[in-house]
Amino acid sequence: MAVMTFIEAVTLAMREEMRRDPSVFLLGEDVGIRGGVFRASMGLIEEFGEERVIDTPLAESAIAGVAIGAAAVGMRPIAEMQFADFIMPAVNQIVSEAAKMRYRSAGDWNCPITIRAPFGGGVHGALYHSQSVEAMFNSTPGLKIVAPSTPYDAKGLLKAAIRDNDPVLFFEHKRCYRLIKGEVPDTDYVLPIGKADVKREGTDITVISYGLTLHFALQAAEKLAAEGISAHVLDLRTLYPLDKDAIIQAASKTGKVLVIHEDNKEGGIGGEVAAIVAENCLFDLDAPVRRLCGPDVPAMPYSPPMEKFFMITPEKVLEAMRELALF
Amino acid sequence: MSTKRHEAVGLTDQQVLDMYYYMLLARKLDERQWLLNRAGKVPFVISCQGQEAAQVGAAFAFEIGRDYFCPYYRDLGIVLVAGQSARDTMLTAFAKAEDPNSGGRQMPGHFGGKKFNILTGSSPVTTQVPHAVGIALAGRMTGKNPVVYTSFGEGSSNQGDFHEGANFAGVHKLPVIFFCENNKYAISVPLSKQLACESVADRAIGYGFKGVSIDGNDPIEVYRVVKEAVERGRNGEGPTLIEAVMYRLVPHSSDDDDRVYRSREEVEEAKKKDPIIQFANYLKSVGLMDDASEQEVLQKVQAEVDEATDYAENAPYPTPESTLDHVYGS
Amino acid sequence: MATQVLMPQLGESVTEGTISKWLVNVGDVVKKYDPLAEVTTDKVNAEVPSTVSGRVSQIVVAEGETVAVGTLILYIEEEGGASAPAPAAAPAPQAAPAPAATPAAAVPQAAAPSTPAPAAGDAPKQRYSPAVMRLAQEHNIDLSRVAGTGAEGRVTRKDVQAIIDAGGQAPAAAPAPVAEAPAPQAAPAAAQVTQTPTVTAAQVPTSTPAANVSYDIPVATGDQVIPVTPIRKTIANRMVQSKHEAPHAWTMVEVDVTNLVNYRSSVKDEFKKKEGVNLTFLPFFIKAVVESLKEFPMLNSQWAGDKIIVKKNINISIAVATDDALYVPVIKDADQKSVYGIAKSIEDLAARTRAGKLTMDDMTGGTFTVNNTGSFGSVMSTPIINAPQAAILSVESIVKRPVVINDMIAVRSMVNLCLSLDHRVLDGLVCGRFLQAVKQKLENIGPDTKLY
Repeated sequence: MAVMTFIEAVTLAMREEMRRDPSVFLLGEDVGIRGGVFRASMGLIEEFGEERVIDTPLAESAIAGVAIGAAAVGMRPIAEMQFADFIMPAVNQIVSEAAKMRYRSAGDWNCPITIRAPFGGGVHGALYHSQSVEAMFNSTPGLKIVAPSTPYDAKGLLKAAIRDNDPVLFFEHKRCYRLIKGEVPDTDYVLPIGKADVKREGTDITVISYGLTLHFALQAAEKLAAEGISAHVLDLRTLYPLDKDAIIQAASKTGKVLVIHEDNKEGGIGGEVAAIVAENCLFDLDAPVRRLCGPDVPAMPYSPPMEKFFMITPEKVLEAMRELALF
Repeated sequence: MSTKRHEAVGLTDQQVLDMYYYMLLARKLDERQWLLNRAGKVPFVISCQGQEAAQVGAAFAFEIGRDYFCPYYRDLGIVLVAGQSARDTMLTAFAKAEDPNSGGRQMPGHFGGKKFNILTGSSPVTTQVPHAVGIALAGRMTGKNPVVYTSFGEGSSNQGDFHEGANFAGVHKLPVIFFCENNKYAISVPLSKQLACESVADRAIGYGFKGVSIDGNDPIEVYRVVKEAVERGRNGEGPTLIEAVMYRLVPHSSDDDDRVYRSREEVEEAKKKDPIIQFANYLKSVGLMDDASEQEVLQKVQAEVDEATDYAENAPYPTPESTLDHVYGS
Repeated sequence: MATQVLMPQLGESVTEGTISKWLVNVGDVVKKYDPLAEVTTDKVNAEVPSTVSGRVSQIVVAEGETVAVGTLILYIEEEGGASAPAPAAAPAPQAAPAPAATPAAAVPQAAAPSTPAPAAGDAPKQRYSPAVMRLAQEHNIDLSRVAGTGAEGRVTRKDVQAIIDAGGQAPAAAPAPVAEAPAPQAAPAAAQVTQTPTVTAAQVPTSTPAANVSYDIPVATGDQVIPVTPIRKTIANRMVQSKHEAPHAWTMVEVDVTNLVNYRSSVKDEFKKKEGVNLTFLPFFIKAVVESLKEFPMLNSQWAGDKIIVKKNINISIAVATDDALYVPVIKDADQKSVYGIAKSIEDLAARTRAGKLTMDDMTGGTFTVNNTGSFGSVMSTPIINAPQAAILSVESIVKRPVVINDMIAVRSMVNLCLSLDHRVLDGLVCGRFLQAVKQKLENIGPDTKLY
């Protein structure tokens, strides 16, 4: 089994799926010769040609809309948004079209597209190269939102997304791309969309997160173990629809829940997770559900101290987890 | 007797009679929906009246069963030619379970149906344009090479999706027919406040393909121009933008009152150029129709509309619980 | 600024403590870590140290009084007077609620707002989480007597779960013992018969064992009235609770230990010389019990209401009596010890018990009790189970008796082993097999038996 970076796992998943199924193709800005600005599609145009690795005009709504049209007639497009921040021009296509085609046609049509987008900050990307946009989509039935945190999950879930018969937004935290390495089998495996994953078993507090902050939680859990605090860490993996059973189970286990995400707090995924816990786990709760999230400001500023202030850091995570454990 | 213009463009006598039948059927189905709306039986109507010639003429230029349609909400004429029936229209009007467009989920005019090669559509305008481009792209990749029709109003030609889609199709030389039905009004806003250029067709040059503006009241002319464009598309010569100019004879929808923004005189003047009357005159002038056969067609169409209305009115609604169906596939 | 000193939690599942002796008086100056009081909890004495330096300004709890963990016991006026902050020692991770107010540490910037600390002097109001309320209700736990380990002494779900896992809550603190015996009744003797005792069995609340209830028993001239010491009260409570909650069943086997007696006689002098430890019979009995517990782990289990917990570790409680009390220290991981190791542990624990130097750790964690009643000549006993354990075995006196072997009468060294068992957990069959196993092991002892 090879150890690879998160982004290598993404590339591998696309390569394997394109080899497996001729209806899979990639389109987006700079995905061809350049191999993507993050190099996610490196080597694909060489193997599959410009017919299946399409450098599109710089127009996100067309990237999404063209993919939707192709998907409707049987193709399996992977549309790349260069940054999640730039998905906004395509929101009408994603929310009004992709998410609703099956429903509005009473099941006659469907829309098996995968839209990949790097999200998140900590890369000096300022306001428009750092955003977490998942919460904008997480009240859109018909869409699925996936945000893996490990290379293993990235490969298995991206392959699942490509094979899924409904539209999937696939958010990749750009800090994870080269920071996070892990073992990835070269076998053809698929992970279920809609299933969260317990990344660490524990008994004192439950931490629910996804993406980069999930790793901070795991690091903190390791440190806290030395202090006698045992943290249970749940990786949501799929942000919509949420794995309610897993959330309820994880929350009930310890009765103390901390939800962590980089996206800003109000209206974020964490609020929905907290609501699920509140609706289902009252008599197991031993503390108020807490959220550690990005601040409620429009986006992440460029200046390093401001960026650091905005970002969730391992220190902030450790502190919040310890505080909840001591409650 | 006048010259048979239709023969010059490759249409048979039977084809033009069929075209007349479809135009009339679209008109009568439309009129019936207005009656039902005013009688309180259906909640909403959005019309094709005044645009039937352009729609039917264009539809006849495509290979039904092979080519794809991404129509807009007024395209009743298109979908009838593509295979939908009078019953289908009425089932949609009454929002019944059997409605082939959406199973009673969408307002009338939101066409769709896999078996008709009609892609499901929505209400935000012009989103279907990039879809048509995507279908054409997929068709090239699979080697099936359908030509794809997509339509929109002149107001909608201002939307980003029109420009993004047209540009994409131009870059990739995809066989897409961008069919603009210029009926002079975007609800209440006239053409002069929608475009600064002479014609919607002028916009094509920016995307590197041909744009033409034609008389949308003449189905034979529409057929000729669209047919040419379809041929070019099939030959790998890329997309074409066609602007069919006509007049919207009724208010925007059953909820609109057009008297506040346009004069009755203007509407009356346009009605004199009603494409159905004009085409009937042509068919009579070339000896393909007389008053008796005109009545015959009319009665046939009326009977069809009556039957469809009865059928749809008595058809079952979707069950309330089916609201929860078809969110995701398995 | 007066620092509050609270009753500490001196060990797991301990819920209350008794001030057996104040070591300071009001006005005394104490240094940080100076002893303040002797506190008796569940059979162990501990000195409670001061967490700050200062002058004792008020003693709140009187000598002999039993109070719940977390109760304010005295005030110390800190050095430097009112202006000084309260630099109370940071509590150890699992230790009792900090005797002084938790320092108002920097609240992490991004986390939820912390609850404001109650004003000094206010008795902090307890608020319970839904989980704590539910568990307390389901397991009949009086939350006012639970020591909280959470922020500001909050009772956490884990605190309550720990009590449940340990077999339930200890009985409620006794009402203050009657200071004086009631005066003899003036009523005629006949009337006395009907009037006493005033508390009848029916009046005893089912959840509260009656050990602490004061009986209205007449005292005649010359009778001696002995106040109940905290240690006696704890023993009484434990005994009542065990007898009350665990349905005791009893069984006995007799074992021929002639070979054991001979073997011990042959090795004990050399053993003493070599190891400096007396080789008594008890380590052999314990060794046989431990090996049999391995074969029948159900005997090494605990009743936990809705479940039975089979303990992995085998920790043998042994009863050690002093003049006025009974202590039950624990031989930890007895299954990992040889006869020699067990002998050494017994000697060590007995010595420390008599010296009053047992630690909390010595007293906790027992999973099965072996009671050496034979040491004071008993030949049969019905021991009370050391809750929450499931059984207790007493080893009676070894006596020479005529025994029939192969239809001949022989003089053999015989011993009775008596087993009390919690019938909720155990049945006769498994206990019978267990005792047979112990018996076989003891009867097979001989020259080949290993001491190390």
